[in-house]
Amino acid sequence: MLKIKDLEVYYDGIHAIKGASLKVPQGALVTLVGSNGAGKSTLLRTICGLKKPSSGQLIFEGHNLLDMSVTRIVQMGITMVPEGRQIFPDLTVMENLRLGAYTRTDQEGIAFDQERVFNLFPRLKERAAQKGGTLSGGEQQMLAIARGLMAGPSLLLMDEPSLGLAPILVEEVFRVIQEIHSEGVTLLLIEQNAQAALAIADYGYVMESGSIVLQGKGTDLLHDEAVRRAYLGQDVTA
Amino acid sequence: MTMEIFLQNMANGITLGSLYALLAIGYTMVYGILRLINFAHGEIFMISTYFAFYGTAIFALPWQISFLIAIVLTALLGVVIERAAYRPLRDAPRISALISAIGVSFLMANLGLVIFGGRPKTFYRPPIFQTPIELGGVRVVALFFVIPALTAILLVALNYIVYKTKTGLAMRAAQWDFDTARLMGVDVDRAISITFAIGSALAAVGGIMWGLRFAEINPNMGLFPGLKCFIAAVFGGIGNISGAVLGGFILGFGEIMLVAFLPGLAGYRDAFAFILLILILLVRPTGLLGDKQRVKI
Repeated sequence: MLKIKDLEVYYDGIHAIKGASLKVPQGALVTLVGSNGAGKSTLLRTICGLKKPSSGQLIFEGHNLLDMSVTRIVQMGITMVPEGRQIFPDLTVMENLRLGAYTRTDQEGIAFDQERVFNLFPRLKERAAQKGGTLSGGEQQMLAIARGLMAGPSLLLMDEPSLGLAPILVEEVFRVIQEIHSEGVTLLLIEQNAQAALAIADYGYVMESGSIVLQGKGTDLLHDEAVRRAYLGQDVTA
Repeated sequence: MTMEIFLQNMANGITLGSLYALLAIGYTMVYGILRLINFAHGEIFMISTYFAFYGTAIFALPWQISFLIAIVLTALLGVVIERAAYRPLRDAPRISALISAIGVSFLMANLGLVIFGGRPKTFYRPPIFQTPIELGGVRVVALFFVIPALTAILLVALNYIVYKTKTGLAMRAAQWDFDTARLMGVDVDRAISITFAIGSALAAVGGIMWGLRFAEINPNMGLFPGLKCFIAAVFGGIGNISGAVLGGFILGFGEIMLVAFLPGLAGYRDAFAFILLILILLVRPTGLLGDKQRVKI
């Protein structure tokens, strides 16, 4: 579905991504793990068109994404849930959701997805008229995910959805991700919480200083000694 | 002070307040989305009056059509200024765009001097606006009702656009963060252009009514109303539309009342706005309705 080949990206003069290649097959949950500053977020921003690569290929369902505007890419079915719960704090929960569906014109589909996200996140329904900024951190993350779903994406990109959340909420977020996945949405998930991400992923990539250094089935990577040592903070000899 | 003079002052205050409010909205809307004080806004206001003037005086158009064309041309002018002078500096430090705005302001005022000539021109005033209307024993001309009424209608329309339409939603999203808005599929450049078009169109309505009210226009007329309405926007809380309207009315009303009740201070009429600015910056830097300053990410 999404094919990235030999991608090179410079960010503020830094060579942020050095020839990364990866694939996200239709219906899969793919995760990209790695430490802070490895270039994961830059990769997502490049897929969305917020960042333009200096070279490489970005193919989505046979279409070249490199020449497309962000708006066009969103219309193609790629939606990002940005890092740090970038919701609109001055807008109501409802308005945030409407913005998620901004490029859509199918009123029935929008109404259907609205029901769907309210079923997924009943709290948001209770708070529909409240301003986004008044929600708790966990609720804001739910709103960010719900807003992403309102676009009716075929590929959902998630940037560190568990960042800064209490453990119980982290669990909730991962449960929701699995539920979205089970509904048939293809997901590319970026996480520092490699353990949790790899545990639910079909396929995983490990990124280090702008390059993909390891890849494999999620569960295989989870048990890979090098990964455990470097990213899961576990001493294998123990 | 007789009742008649008092009512006349009220009418003057409401009228001037309306004009200031219309002009202040442009400052606040542009600031809201670009975090930029568009110092060229006063000159946009000035040029709108010349568009209307040439429409009636040179092209002999009916005033309704001439005024309408002037509003459309002024909206376009605002869009063009953003494209030419601010958009190329979008990613530059904020001070660069501010300097560019001051440059555009000077450029337009001086171009106005060259093209329109320094001598004031007499603005065409359709007789219909001069119809006397009697109210509680006091006679005022229709214009004093037209200006606040039209302002009220425009405020309702603006409120509808900003809070009830998809375009308004996109504008408010872009106000928070360009990239996040883009991720929703919002065309941020378009939202900015619409903001400039609306702000400039309102300045044009203000300009035309200014011409109708004061009869004379000149290339320097943008300077003081421009500065005062910038102050009105800051006073009300820059970035906040209701604040700009409130600030505009307080400023316009205050100015008229100062002169009416303390005629000895009439010479300080223009200073009044600046004193107000200093006071609000000392006491409440975010303005009357401005919320806590938020850093744009």
